[in-house]
This record gives sequence, structure tokens and C-alpha cells, in this order.
Amino acid sequence: MDYIPSSDNDLQDMIRASGYQSFDDLIATIPEKLRFPEMNLPAPLTELELMREMKQIAAQNWPIDEYLSFLGAGAYDHFIPTVVDYLSGRGEFYTAYTPYQAEASQGTLQVIYEYQSLMCALTGLDVSNASLYDGASALGEAAFMTLNIDPAKNKLLISGCIHPEYIQVIRTYLGPIDAEVVIIPEKNGRTDLDSLEKLIDEKTAAVFVQSPNFFGTIEEMEQFSKVIKSKGAFFVAVVNPISLGVLKAPGEYGADICVGEGQPLGIPVSFGGPYLGFFTCSKQFVHKIPGRLVGRTIDTCGDLGYCLTLQAREQHIRREKATSNICTNQSLMALRATIYLCMLGKKGMREVGELNLKLSHYAATQIAAIDGAQIMHLNDQAPFFNEFVVKLPVEAVALCEELAETGTFAGLPLSRFFPHLKNELLVCVTETKTKNEIDHFVWELGEAIQKLSSKGAAV
Amino acid sequence: MKRLEAPIFEKSVSGHRATTFPVINDIPDDYPIPAHLLRSQEPVLPEVSEVDCVRHFTRLSQLNFSIDTNFYPLGSCTMKYNPKINDRAAALSGFAQIHPYQPEKSCQGAMQLLYELEQMLCGITGMDEVTLQPAAGAHGEYTGIMVIREYFKSKGEKRTKVLVPDSSHGTNPSSARLAGYEVVTIKSGADGCVDLDSLKMALDDQVAALMLTNPNTVGLFEKNIVQIAQMVHDQGGLLYYDGANLNALLGLARPGDMGFDVIHLNLHKSFSTPHGGGGPGAGPVGVKKSLADFLPVPRIRKADNQDRSYGYSWDSQLPDSIGKIRSFYGNFGVLVRAYTYIRAHGAEGMRRISKGAIVNANYLKEKLKGQYTLPYDVPCMHEFVLSGDQQKAKGSSARDIAKRLLDFGFHSPTIYWPQIVKECIMIEPTETESRKTLDEFAEAMLQIAREIDEDPKKLAGAPYTLPVQRMDEVKAARELDINFNKTE
Repeated sequence: MDYIPSSDNDLQDMIRASGYQSFDDLIATIPEKLRFPEMNLPAPLTELELMREMKQIAAQNWPIDEYLSFLGAGAYDHFIPTVVDYLSGRGEFYTAYTPYQAEASQGTLQVIYEYQSLMCALTGLDVSNASLYDGASALGEAAFMTLNIDPAKNKLLISGCIHPEYIQVIRTYLGPIDAEVVIIPEKNGRTDLDSLEKLIDEKTAAVFVQSPNFFGTIEEMEQFSKVIKSKGAFFVAVVNPISLGVLKAPGEYGADICVGEGQPLGIPVSFGGPYLGFFTCSKQFVHKIPGRLVGRTIDTCGDLGYCLTLQAREQHIRREKATSNICTNQSLMALRATIYLCMLGKKGMREVGELNLKLSHYAATQIAAIDGAQIMHLNDQAPFFNEFVVKLPVEAVALCEELAETGTFAGLPLSRFFPHLKNELLVCVTETKTKNEIDHFVWELGEAIQKLSSKGAAV
Repeated sequence: MKRLEAPIFEKSVSGHRATTFPVINDIPDDYPIPAHLLRSQEPVLPEVSEVDCVRHFTRLSQLNFSIDTNFYPLGSCTMKYNPKINDRAAALSGFAQIHPYQPEKSCQGAMQLLYELEQMLCGITGMDEVTLQPAAGAHGEYTGIMVIREYFKSKGEKRTKVLVPDSSHGTNPSSARLAGYEVVTIKSGADGCVDLDSLKMALDDQVAALMLTNPNTVGLFEKNIVQIAQMVHDQGGLLYYDGANLNALLGLARPGDMGFDVIHLNLHKSFSTPHGGGGPGAGPVGVKKSLADFLPVPRIRKADNQDRSYGYSWDSQLPDSIGKIRSFYGNFGVLVRAYTYIRAHGAEGMRRISKGAIVNANYLKEKLKGQYTLPYDVPCMHEFVLSGDQQKAKGSSARDIAKRLLDFGFHSPTIYWPQIVKECIMIEPTETESRKTLDEFAEAMLQIAREIDEDPKKLAGAPYTLPVQRMDEVKAARELDINFNKTE
């Protein structure tokens, strides 16, 4: 099937009405040997057949709303109010283009203005852009921006406790650029402050620290801030925005720039995308910030309205001199985050944060009671938000495979990124879990550990 | 006609709220977070009821033009109808509710879909391998240029230049520059196509790539494309395809057959995934075999042997890869929509798309060329450019025309771009519009031309019927108000 209203006859009539004889007249500049290639595509389907086919493919996946999932690690299962799907699905938002024609795009523009304002409020900083692709690319853009400010500074210090995929993306982004990326070592699941003090110097453009970090630990961001400021570098805080209803805001502890993954704010996990990269900063960077900005202004009648602003930074004006090549933002995802934050408000954001703390700490305490399982965070007295590391007496990958068979995704085996951490499992517990589900998970964990341990002993 | 909506912050009433969370009494409130790590001041978030929230965003949506409500002939943006089944498919629990780190065994359907989409895009474009990871066109460009960079590095060559035509998208030079290349701009010929003499002058063994859009941004097929490819390849360079205008060529001709080595696609254009007011998109990158080793990780592999319990797996062990360019695997939800779209059409449907797009553009072009200057009076592909120079001489600019069109219920064409045409008006109707809609649009354009003949001043205040009139952009930039709570 297709979505073309004109029949072949209609098209032929239009060709004639345009003063041509046949379609061939219109494509005469395409060399004949290139025309109408074999494409090897499957046969077309009607909507009825297509939906059946798509459902069949989808049915081969095991969704987390039917299974019990304790997976996090950068993609989080949070409750999404119905209103978020309902409103963001409106065609007027969904099928509009980038708001270049301000008069015909006031809806999208005002949403972005409100998004910017909400993200500033949440992170405690002055300026937010209209959004970027995802958390990882937001870090990449922050790396570009901080390196561009002072050409004498070409070094970035990146905490080794930042999501490993974000670090990989920064490295790729900076590949063509003459910049040095130095990893600050991890110590007991935290960024090592002593190492930072040794590594930071007058060549350091910026320092990136994530909190809660990849292992779930809430870092001592104020201490980092002091060290970084004393050396004249910029402090880039990488945060989980849903934690900011309860945790200290980056603006409060002196971050110059705050970036991260906005997915927790009303966006489904969707196998990793589309997500939302957010980017806020203090006002000194307003002419350097990558991506779109929406400003409030007045129209010729003096009424308030909105338009894209400071476009002179952008690629469609500056071409090779632009501060970034980014063209789109993730408007629809920013819309979802905006509606989410409005639906929750300040009370809801505090409550969801407290629930994450409460349920994850309950789960950690219960798991700690399992024979042979240790919670690294409890051992090290490292504060955590909704994720923590369990050290198992068995290999984490084997345990996850075992539990998946009975419908539970136990978490992320850290060996995926740190091959030496074979028995470590990163577990995430959000407000979507009940006490019963956690109790069931703890029971399953205990059973699986016993089974795998005895298997190991038998071999 | 003012239809303004106050910012959500002004609707906030202390104590109002929408979403609430369950109270859990059978678990202790025991989570020892040191006080200095906690927020000292509540964030300034609005307090609104659910109905107020729904009304606010519903009203805001009504201030937009969109494909679902208006003809949207925005040149180079391919604003075609977005089939609703695509969104329904992407929202299926088996797609929207799967986690990127689930065991491979538990997401075989998703991996199959990605693998098959790669194969289908190879078939449509004539490339050998595709990565689906880039999140947007510009992201794909940067990825493609880095692949080119790694390719030359592996050959021990240090090429320093990337060529772009003066009619190229702004992202082309910007991406090339980001990747460390010197950007050399080539002038277009009088026929709107790449000028072969200028190209010859610019080509040498320092050129890594020529970036081309085909059909180009004035809507013409680069008729010398085979020769251009030969010229670039003779110097050891690569040919890069900006896929923004692929809609004209679906099923009709393939960049791979023309000699392009690296391409990016805009799934939110040719493959009809919704633009969403400016993203999310998806910008897959396709390459010829010789460049496949440099594509970003992870790649998806299909097991050929039967002894495995499942078929698809991720492969990150590619030592020559440029690395990772996005977290996880790209904009999966967008990729599901594009997959659905291609499965609906098949090969025959693809050919109908390009044919419909080309016929519609030529039909409109012929209707309008009497009243507006047509700089390239030849058959166009999926879009064409007009010049508003006659109207400008009478006192109305391309911007005035664009704004006046809004009063007729039509979104504006792209204006002032590409810059090689004065008072440029770039129109892309797409295949999903009927002859009746095109006739109505043409009538509006012709009436505007008549209005300019009668009284050009009339357009200066347009649009007259929209929620707001023209914005004071100078004030917006000078007295920056980009954060409701920090207005200075």
C-alpha cells in the first residue's frame, strides 16, 4: 500500500497538464543505465497484513512491562503519566517541522521555552538549549564547547565513573581534534578526588563528573567543584534529572555546565532511543552553547510571542564557522519531558525521588541478607539514589540468564564494560516496583545463587 | 486574531497537582543520604491540575501548523504525510518497552528488525553496508566524514580538504570542519549543477571527499554525476552523498550505482518518520565495502550456522571502527517507523513515491512560472526553486510572500535558500498531496502575486490571521529572555 492520493491515470493527466508527454520527459537527465534498479525489497503489505507482521516481530521481544526488570544503567523504567503519551501524540506537535516560521509554530516554540525554563529550574543553572540527541552526544557537545573557549587549554579530565558508553562517544567525537582526554580513576565506586588533584593543571579545559555515577553512587560534587574552580577549569556535571527533586542541584554545588540523559523524564526505554540530551549552563556561555535556543519577544503589535534566537551560532548561518553542526533538536522528546515535569510539579518530583530512594534501599538491604551476596554501596557506605552494585558469589552473566528464563531481568552484569568485574551486577530499583516484586526478586536471586553455586561446586 | 496562551508557570497555584505516587507503609523510610547531598531549595516547577495541564498543551498544539492540519511545501524538508500505523507499531509493548541491555536472546525481534532495515536500505540505495546509529542527518554526516577520515588514515594518507558546492546544506561544511577538514566551496554553474571546470580546478590529491546532494538543492538531478564520480575517484578521493533529497530517487536511481562511496539518509524525510517539531530523526550511514570496517560499533550480525539457539548478535570487536557515536543503538523508535513504512510500500511503492513527488513538483512549477521567475526552466525532480525577484522589484520580498501564504492556510516554502538564487522560494510538494491541494496552493500563490501588483504594502504586515504577527527578532537576541524564571 502507499499514501499517494493520485492514481497512475491522475499522474499521467498532470504530466500532460504540465506540458510534457510522459514521465520519461521529466527524468531525462538521469542516465538510462541508472534507472529503475532492482532493490530486493519484500512485497508490499496492506495495513491489516502489516500490523500482523509488526506484532509478530514485536512478540519475539520480552518487554519489561510484562517481565520484571531491574535494568537501568542509563535507560530507566519510570512511570509515565497517560497525559504524556496523549498530548505528545497530537499531530499538531508530532507532524510539525522545526519552528523556522515563528508565526505558524508558536506551539512548538512556547513548549521549548517552557522546557528550557524547567530544565534551568531543575538543574539550578541560567541557560538551557532546546535539547540534543541523547546524553552521550550532550557530553560530546560539552567537550567541544569547553575546548573551544580557550585554545591554550586542550585537556579534558573525564571521571572513570561516567557511563562507559558516554566516554566512548566523547572519544569518537574528539577523534579529529587535537585534544587530550584523561580518565580520572575510580576508587570504591567513586571518582578518586586525590587523582583529580594530581591530574588537573592549567591546560585542563574542563572536568566531567557524573552523579549519581554509572555505579549508582552519589558523588561529593561540592568537593570536586572546589578543586576544579581553584585551577580555573570548567566543571561539567553529568546528572540523572529525575534525581533532582531530592538531590542537590548542579547550580547549588557550583557546576558551570550540566548535561545528561533526559530519558527518565517521561520517555519510554524503547531499546535505547529516541531519547533526550539536555544541556544547561551558566549565562557566561550563552553565545557558545550548541543547538537551538528559543527566546520570548514581542510581535509587531507588541504582544508576547516566541522565536528561535541567537541563530548566528548555528550551521545554517555560519556554515563551516558554526559552534556545532547540530541542526535539529529532539523537540518531541523535550515536549514529553516538559509535560512530565508539569504533571509532577515540584511535589511530584520530590515524591518520585523519595520513592526511588526508599525502594532501592529496601531492595539493597534485603539482597545484602542473601548468603554470599554483598552490596558494595552498603560496605563502602557510599550513598546511592536508585542503583547499586551487588557482588555475587557467582558470575553475573550466568545469573542473569538464569533469571531471564523465569521472567526477571536482574540487572546489568558489569563485565559488559569491565571484564574483570565478573561477579558484579548493577541493579536499579525505581518507583515502578512494589514491595512484593522486590521480595520475589530477592527470593529468586537467592534461589539462583544457590543453584549456580552448587552447579559450580559439582564441576 | 490573537490566540495567546500564558506560560505554564503563570497557571501555577500552590498546592495544585496532577500525578501522585503510591504511599508505601510496609517499608521503612530508611535511606541515609547525608544532608549536604540533598537539595536545599525546591525547584521552581509549576503546580497545576491534570485538566489545566491538558488544556495548556492542547491549546499550544493548536497554535502550530503541521502536516496533519496543513499543506507544508517546505523545500528540502520532505514534509510528506506520516502514516499512523508507523506510530502504532513503534508503540507496541514489544518495541517501546524493551531495554537496550536486555540479554540478546530476549530482544531478537528488535535485532531482526534492525538487521532487515539495514538490508532494505542497502537495496534502496545501492550501498553495501549500513549503520543505523546516527540520530539525525547532521549526526550521520559527521559519522560519514569520520569514516572517510579513518579510511585515509588506514591507507597512510593525510588528505586535508573537503569540497562542497555553494548550494549545499549548511551542515555539510560544518560537519567537515568539525572533523578537521579545510572546506573548499565550489561554485555552481549557470544551470544550477556542479560546474565541472570549477570542480576540476579544486580537485587534487589533498581532497578527501566531495559532498553532494543529488538531486541538488535547486531540485535538479546532477546530470554529470557519473563523470563527477570518475573525476573524484581519479584523484583518489571519495564521493559523499547527502541524502536529504533521496525522496526524488526512491526506486528510480541509487546513489551506490552513481558512484557514491558514503551516504547518509534522513529517515524523517524520505521515509516519513514524523519530524516532531524538530526531532527525533534518524540519519543512517551507508558505505561501500571498502569502508565497512570503519563504521561505528556495535554492528549487528546474523548467525549463518544453525547450531546457535538464536540468530542475531551485537559485534563490538571492530578494531578499525571510528568508535561509538551514540549511546545504545540509535533512535530505535524512529527506525521501527521507517521499517514499517518500507514494508508497506515494497519496490513498486517506492517507485510510486518518487514518481508522485516528481510529477507533483513539475505540475506546480508549470502553474507558477508565469507569475514568478523560474531560474532553471527545465524539468525538475521532487522540488523546484522560484525567485521572487519580480515581486521584490515591486516592493514585496520572498519573506512577505511566505508570511502571506500562512493566511491562506499553507505553510511557507523554504525561503532565501539556497543562497545562489535571489529571493529564493523553494517548493517541495511531496507525493502525498492531491492535485486539488496543489491547485489551491497555486491559486493562493497567484493571488498573492496579484495582491503585490495592486498594493505591495499589503503584504508587509502579513500574516494577519495567525496567533501572532511577525516577531521582533532583534529584541529577542538583544534582550535575551530564554528562561521564564531568570528574565533580565
